[in-house]
Amino acid sequence: MKKTKKSKNQKQTSSIVTTISPVLLWMIILVAIPLVIVFIMGFLTRGIYGQVEYIFTFQNYADLLKPMYVQIFVYSLWISLITTLICLVLAYPFAYFIANVKAKYKVLLFMLIIIPFWTNSLVRTYAWMIILGTNGIINSYLLQFGVIKEPLKLLYTNGAVILGLVYTLFPFMVLPLYASIEGLDKSYVEAASDLGASPLQAFLRVTLPLTMSGVAAGSVLVFIPSLGLFFIPDLLGGSKTMLISNLIQNQFLTARNWPFGSAVSILLIIITIIFIILYFNKSRNKGLEVM
Amino acid sequence: MKEKECIKYMIQLVAINKSFKEHKVVNDISIVINKGEFLTLLGPSGCGKTTTLRMIAGFEEPTSGEILLDGMDVSTKNPYERNVNTVFQSYALFPNMDVYNNIAFGLKIKKSSKEVIKEKVTKVLALVQLEDFGDRYPSQLSGGQKQRIAIARAIVNSPKVLLLDEPLGALDLKLRKQMQFELKHLQKKLGITFIYVTHDQEEALTMSDRIAVMNEGKIEQVGTPNEIYNKPKTKFVADFIGETNLFEGVIETHSGNKLSVLLDSDEKINVIDGTLDKLKQGDSIYITIRPERMKLSHSKVESKNMLKGIVKERIFIGSINKTVIKLSNEKEVIINEPAIDTLKFQGEGDEVYVSWEYEDGVVIN
Repeated sequence: MKKTKKSKNQKQTSSIVTTISPVLLWMIILVAIPLVIVFIMGFLTRGIYGQVEYIFTFQNYADLLKPMYVQIFVYSLWISLITTLICLVLAYPFAYFIANVKAKYKVLLFMLIIIPFWTNSLVRTYAWMIILGTNGIINSYLLQFGVIKEPLKLLYTNGAVILGLVYTLFPFMVLPLYASIEGLDKSYVEAASDLGASPLQAFLRVTLPLTMSGVAAGSVLVFIPSLGLFFIPDLLGGSKTMLISNLIQNQFLTARNWPFGSAVSILLIIITIIFIILYFNKSRNKGLEVM
Repeated sequence: MKEKECIKYMIQLVAINKSFKEHKVVNDISIVINKGEFLTLLGPSGCGKTTTLRMIAGFEEPTSGEILLDGMDVSTKNPYERNVNTVFQSYALFPNMDVYNNIAFGLKIKKSSKEVIKEKVTKVLALVQLEDFGDRYPSQLSGGQKQRIAIARAIVNSPKVLLLDEPLGALDLKLRKQMQFELKHLQKKLGITFIYVTHDQEEALTMSDRIAVMNEGKIEQVGTPNEIYNKPKTKFVADFIGETNLFEGVIETHSGNKLSVLLDSDEKINVIDGTLDKLKQGDSIYITIRPERMKLSHSKVESKNMLKGIVKERIFIGSINKTVIKLSNEKEVIINEPAIDTLKFQGEGDEVYVSWEYEDGVVIN
């Protein structure tokens, strides 16, 4: 947003303030103040009984560099990256399909994506536990039909975590992709075909580059939340899979180390900001529309 | 196909039909287009001209009928398998590529070498007079420049046929006139067969070797601009191309090449035309006369058709004077005279005679 020039137009400035003030108030109460608390907390010390002592320290941030934690951060980014890629590969054809079917099927396909949204994602994650568990639906069917002798270990694996993340975040990839594919002028594809490009060549040289804004927006919308959805690795990954989101939850609720949990939170926020800045820069440089 | 025809014809449309669901858009069209010809499909919007063009390009498949390109049946071939290129109405320049890469697109697909691509792209850029625009992006070009680049992108592939879908529609009048001449010159220079779609009759008359006038999915008439203008075969063509005065009447006598016609206003006129053998006494016909073929006078004239009327309106439009005359039966006719013959009449309300030669009437049945 442009900064309003001082004194030049006092009336305009004051009207802007009154217009945005409800939003501003909400932002201060719900975003700014909690962030400041977390930020300050990161520099405080944990007492012996898990209470917060008001002693200034950099120790929490120094602890972030311990190999154990670094490993968790790298691993989290890795899982999020894989989740994003799988979402992209699955969602692109799906979005492409929706964008090209008749209007009456569009509604149906969108409902398929949106209806699960109306159910709490925690509940849906529990549903996956029932499906994947040792005595779960998949295992009992496979056992019954004699495909396997012993139940497979499906739950509490990295695969289950990625499955859960992909499942939950899939719509966030589909929607921006759909918007950019739908918005693409069909005459570009026709022009490519007219100039001798096969459907695959036309896709790679024209459709895909021209829908990169959707790819970028979808990737950001999947990658960033996948770093923070703590209950999915918690429920589907079991105790073995520790990701950055679990670590934060763990520090606050189990280890009762609020200062260290705050430091990790700040780190997560910084990572997120970096990716958003990268995204905005890239899309601005390319002159593409942002979302 | 027989070899002789292959040599002469670039495109043959044989009994082409196209329906979208129940709606028949193109209705049994057959036409041959010669090599190196500039053919225009002219008609009002919704007449099926763009659909016809898209079927030649391969974007639509005909419901029935055959499309022959240089003697080969391409009816079911994909657009990328046909050696024709299209200049789109919206230009459809790829926004993610600069001008150079837009033009090079077709050549890259064909896997031409870098040197060949560079040579050809430079050459067509010079041809459309935009030598220094290679590194611009489409968003940085004006409408006229986009237009030229779209043409350059198509002709760089040396297509057998270039299809142009109302390519000048988005340009302002002056630029459009200029581009009309440039396109015509380009076509002569390259010798490529052009199929041009437009609803602008003036554009069609200016540029085409032949015009196919289309209406409601059918071809009404095919002919040179001169034939289309001076010898319209249907009421639609007479009405759609330029201004015309249309009379309705019944044939009273038919002797040799001369018809005597009783108009619905009970006045009699004569028509002399060598191609009226099929008509007989009692047939109802239309007669059309171009406004510039008609003359005004205060006194009666001999051995010409003549109708009495009153001057309703006189309009000065630079090179010509346009006069609207109200005839005895309230019917109005338009007369265009060169502005130098002007001022014989004081103005509105004058009683005058409208006259024209027997040969100037065109009979439509």
